[in-house]
Amino acid sequence: MATTAAARPRPRGGLDPGLADKYRDWLRQMLLIRRFEEKAGEAYSLGKIGGFCHLYIGQEAVAVGSLAALGDDDYITCSYREHGHALARGISPQTVMAELFGKAAGCSKGKGGSMHLFDASLGFLGGHAIVGAHIPLATGMAFAAKYRDTSQVAVCYFGEAAVNNGAFHEALNMAALWKLPAIYICENNRYGMGTALERASAIYDISERASSYDMANEVVDGQDVLIMHAAMERAVQRARTAKIPTLLEVRTYRFMGHSMSDPIHGHYRTKEEVEGQRKRDPIALWSQRLIAEGLMDEAAIKALDKEIIREVEEAYQFAEEAPDPEPEELYRDVYAEDGGGRGTADTGS
Amino acid sequence: MSTKVVMEALSPTMEEGRLVEWKKQEGDAVSVGDVLAEVETDKAVMELVARAGGTLLKQVVQAGTTVPVSELVAVIGEPGEQVEAPAAPGGDGAPTPAKKPAPKAERKAEQGTQPTPDENRPTSMPPAPARGPAAEGNGQAALPQKPAPAPADRSGGRVRASPLARRMAAERGIDIAAVEGSGPEGRVVARDVEAARAPAAAAAPRAATVRASDGAPYEDVPLSQIRKTIARRLAQSIGPIPTFYLTTEVDMERAWDAREALLAAGGEKVSFNDIILKAVAMALRQHPECNAWWQDDHIRYWNEVHLSMAVAIEEGLITPVIRHTDLKSLREIAAEARDLAERARERKLAPEEYTGGTFSVSNLGMLDIHEFTAVINPPEAGILAVGRMAEQPVAHGGAVTIRRRMRLTMSCDHRVIDGATGARLLQTLKGMLENPLAMVY
Amino acid sequence: MAVVTYRDALNQALREEMQRDPDVFLMGEEVGVYQGAYKVSRGLLDEFGPLRVVDTPITELGFAGVGVGAAMVGLRPVIEFMTWNFALLAIDQLVNSAAKMRYMSGGQVGVPAVFRGPGGAALQLAAQHSQAFESYYAHVPGLKVVMPATPADAKGLLKSAIRSDDPIVFIEGEMLYNTKGEIPEGEHVVPLGRADVKRSGGDVTIVCHSKTVSIALKAAEELADEGVEAEVVDLRTIRPLDAETVLSSVARTHRCVVAEEGWPFAGVGAQVVDTIQREIFDDLDAPVLRVTGADVPMPYNKHLERAAKVDSAKIVSAANQVLYRGRDA
Repeated sequence: MATTAAARPRPRGGLDPGLADKYRDWLRQMLLIRRFEEKAGEAYSLGKIGGFCHLYIGQEAVAVGSLAALGDDDYITCSYREHGHALARGISPQTVMAELFGKAAGCSKGKGGSMHLFDASLGFLGGHAIVGAHIPLATGMAFAAKYRDTSQVAVCYFGEAAVNNGAFHEALNMAALWKLPAIYICENNRYGMGTALERASAIYDISERASSYDMANEVVDGQDVLIMHAAMERAVQRARTAKIPTLLEVRTYRFMGHSMSDPIHGHYRTKEEVEGQRKRDPIALWSQRLIAEGLMDEAAIKALDKEIIREVEEAYQFAEEAPDPEPEELYRDVYAEDGGGRGTADTGS
Repeated sequence: MSTKVVMEALSPTMEEGRLVEWKKQEGDAVSVGDVLAEVETDKAVMELVARAGGTLLKQVVQAGTTVPVSELVAVIGEPGEQVEAPAAPGGDGAPTPAKKPAPKAERKAEQGTQPTPDENRPTSMPPAPARGPAAEGNGQAALPQKPAPAPADRSGGRVRASPLARRMAAERGIDIAAVEGSGPEGRVVARDVEAARAPAAAAAPRAATVRASDGAPYEDVPLSQIRKTIARRLAQSIGPIPTFYLTTEVDMERAWDAREALLAAGGEKVSFNDIILKAVAMALRQHPECNAWWQDDHIRYWNEVHLSMAVAIEEGLITPVIRHTDLKSLREIAAEARDLAERARERKLAPEEYTGGTFSVSNLGMLDIHEFTAVINPPEAGILAVGRMAEQPVAHGGAVTIRRRMRLTMSCDHRVIDGATGARLLQTLKGMLENPLAMVY
Repeated sequence: MAVVTYRDALNQALREEMQRDPDVFLMGEEVGVYQGAYKVSRGLLDEFGPLRVVDTPITELGFAGVGVGAAMVGLRPVIEFMTWNFALLAIDQLVNSAAKMRYMSGGQVGVPAVFRGPGGAALQLAAQHSQAFESYYAHVPGLKVVMPATPADAKGLLKSAIRSDDPIVFIEGEMLYNTKGEIPEGEHVVPLGRADVKRSGGDVTIVCHSKTVSIALKAAEELADEGVEAEVVDLRTIRPLDAETVLSSVARTHRCVVAEEGWPFAGVGAQVVDTIQREIFDDLDAPVLRVTGADVPMPYNKHLERAAKVDSAKIVSAANQVLYRGRDA
C-alpha cells in the first residue's frame, strides 16, 4: 500500500462538457499553486522569505478539487502547509506572496507569515502551526453554523500525522456527537515530517478512525482533482443537508521536502519512491485528461502556464516592492482596537 | 581632599589642650605619624601627630591657644588646595571629649541636620568647647560611641536610604548621609528624615551603654552612618584597621600588696599578668563597647568576655583564649593561663583554644619593655599592651616618692572604639588595678 | 441593593447576557443537566435550552478549541472549566489559538470568548486541585485576565468580559462562591482593567486580588487595631493591570505589600512590584514585599495546607516590615 492509489473504485465516466470552464479553471489553479510554490522556494533560497516555508507541490489537486466544492460562506482552516489552499480559495497571489515576504500588503499584514495566512472575507480562517490544534477550531465553526442554523460547513485540512493527536479525537467525537456540519480533510501525504505513517499510526487506513465516532468517511485519491472534487461534494452535501460531519482520508504525496530545510528525499524516503510518485503528478494527470477529453490542447496549456508564470512573477515583484509594516504595527492587533465589545465597558488595551 | 586636624584627647581625662608649639609650619610637607605640634594636656606635654600625609595647609590656631578636644587646629591637604576650613561645630557626636576625631570633626561639618552651624565663623576661633552629650543639640545626638543601627556597606560608603527618604532629604536640604538610619542595616527611611528635621527632642541618648544580654552570647548591631563613615575614612587614612593608641600609667602598689598577700596564703601562684587579665575582663564587663568584633557590615558586641592572651612561642606568637574570663576566679585564671601558655609553647593547642577571643592582652613587661603598642588581633577591636612594672619617683600624697608603676597602652580599632570609649575602659581598668577591690565591687 | 452570593451573582450575569445577546452561549462539563459543578449555571438550561447551554464530554482541549473556533466566526462563547486545574489540558487553545488569532491574522479575526471557572485552593484538595494560574495567563499578550473578589464585581466583571471582543480568562474564587455581598439593582457592569480601592488608608498599600482581598481586609482590620491604616487595592483585572490605581495609592502611602494566592516565582505580584519600582521609585520608603502561597505543591494535610496559604497574619507581618515596625525595623 505504498502508493497513493485510492483504495476504492475510482468513479469513472466522462466529464460534463457543460463544466468545461470549471475544469480548465482547476488546471489553472493547480498550475498557479505549482508555479507559485516554485517561486516561493526560489525566494526562500534568496532570503526573501524567512522562517519556515512548507511547499504544497504534489498535493495541488486536494486543495483545488475540494475547495471548488464549497460556497462563499463556508469556513476553512488549514495546517501550516496552506499556500495552495489560500490560492485555491481565491486569495490573490500578490497578497499571499507579500505575506510570505512579511510585507504590510500581505493577507495577514505581514504579521502571520507562511504559516498563518488569513482572509476572513473569504472565510479563510488561517493556517495554524500547532499540529492538530485547529481541528477543534473548525469544529467550533461548525458548531456556530449549527447554532445559527445556517447551511454553512466548516472544512479543516490537516496532515495524517495530526490524527494521532488528542485534539483530533476530541474534536471528531464532539462533531459526531453533536452532528456538526464539519468536513475533516486528512491530507495523507505519507509522512509527518520524516516519520512515515506506518511508523506513527497503529492503523494504516486513517479513514477507519472515523468509525470510532460513527462518522461518515471516505478514502480519496488526492492526485485526481475530479475524484477529489466528487468526494468533497458528497461530504458537503452530507454536512449541508444531513448536518453530519465527514472524515475524508485523501491520499496524496508531497514532492518536496517537509520544509525548505528538508531535502526532497532525505533519510526517510528514497529517490525512487519520489520519482515513482511523481508519475502521478496531479497537474500532468489532469492536463492529460483535459486533452483526452478535448477540452484543451497542449498549446493552450502551455499558453496558460506561461500566463501563470507571468502572474506569479508579478506577485513576486509586488511582494518585493511592497512596504514593510509600519513600526506601529508591532503593538496593533493584540487586542480589539476599539477597546469595546458589543456596547460597553471594556477598557481595552 | 583635605584632612582636618583636630585637638585630640591625649589623655583619658583631657578635655582641652594648649597648643604649645607648632612643629610643622604652613607649607611643610607632612607624613603620617609626623609630629605636628606639642600639646600640653592635663597631665603632660604630648605630641599631636599627623593622621594623614600631604602639606600642612593651614594652622587654624596659633601656638599658645587652648583648644577643646575635637576642635579644628590645622588642615592637611594637597599643595594649593582650597581650604574651606569650616568652623567645627560645638557639639560632637561623642558624649565626651572624643579621643581622636579628625575625621569625625569633618563629618560633623557635613551634617546638615544642624540647621545653621556657624558656617561663616572664622575658623581660627573655635566655638564653644565641646561638652558632654547634653551639648549636642541635634537629631544626631543619639549617635554615641555605641553604634546605633548602622549601615552595612557593601558599596563603598554609599548611604543606604529609601528612595523616598532621599527625595525628602533633597527637598528639605538635608544631607542624607548625616541622617541616622533606623531601618534594616541602617537604611535611612522617611521617618528618619522627618526626625532629622525635627530638632532636639529625639536626642535622648539611645543605646548608651547597657545592652540587654538576655542570654545571647553577643549582639550584632548594624553600623550607623557615622560609624560607617568613621570606619571608611580611618581605614583609608591608616590601613585596614584604623588604629589609635591610648596610654595610661597605673600605680601598682596595692596590686603588689594584694598579690603578696595571696602568695603568702599559698595555693595557685598568681602572677601580675593574671591579675591584669582578671581586671581587663571585669573592666570589659563594664565597657562592652570595647568587647567587640568588627564584622565589615556590622559590629558584634559580645555579651561574653573571652580574653586572648598573647604568648610568645618559638615560631612567633599565638593567642590562646581564656573563655569567660570575667566569670572565672583569679585562681582559675592563673591555672588556665599557665596551662595554655605551656601548651602553646609546645604547640599543643587545639584551634578552638586560640580562636574566638573578644579582646587581647599582650604583656612584654618581663622583657623589660617600658611601654609599647600592640597590633590588634582582628576581628577583635582592642588589645592591651602591658609594660614593665617599675619603681619610679612620682608625686604621691604631696611628696615625691618611689612607687611601682606600670604603663598600659590600648590599641583601638577606631571603626569600633572611639577615643573616649577606649579611654573610659582604661580609666576603669586603672581604677581596678589601683584598687583591686573594685574588681569585685 | 440585594444581597446575593458570588455564585448567584455569576449566574445573574450569565442569564442577563444570554438574554441580551443571542450569540452568547455557555459550554462546559456539567453546565446543563447537572446545573453546574458549582451551580453557577443553575437554571440556565431550562431557560435557554441545550443549544445554548451545552454539556460537553470531559475534553478540555477539545471544547476550549470549539469555543475559540465559534468565537472566531462571531459567537460569544462562555467556556466553563470545572476548575482551572483541568484547563491546563486546554492551555494550548488559550495561548496558541485564542491569544494570537487577532495578531497573526493581521487584525482580521478576533476571539470574543470567555473562559471561566474556579481557581485557587479550596480546602484539602491537595496538589492537583489547589493551584492559582493567573500568572500563567497574564503572561500572554492577547489575553485578559479577570479575577473578581466580591459578588458585585463577579457580576459586573463577567458581564463586561462577555461583551469584550477579546479572549478573557475569568478566574473565580472557589472559596468565594458562597460569600455574600450587595449588588446594585438593575444593570450592573464593571469595566475591565480597573482596580478598586476596597479600603482606604494612608500608611501602607496592600495590593491583592480574588481570595486575597478578604484576607487583606482582615489584615487591615488587625493593623488598624495597632494604629496602622492600610489601603487595600483589589486589582480585579490582572491584565490589563490598572497600574494607575496601584501607583497612586503607593505614591501616597510609600509602602506596599502585594499578596497573591499563587506561587512566588514570576507571580502576578512580581509584575506589580516591577511596575511600582519602575514608575514611582522615589516614592518608596521600603522595598515592596510580597506575600504568596508557599513555593511547594499544595499538601493535603490541613495544618501543612494552612501553613502554605496566605493568611492575614502573613500580610500583617509584611506590612509591619515595610513600615519598619516591630523587631524587624
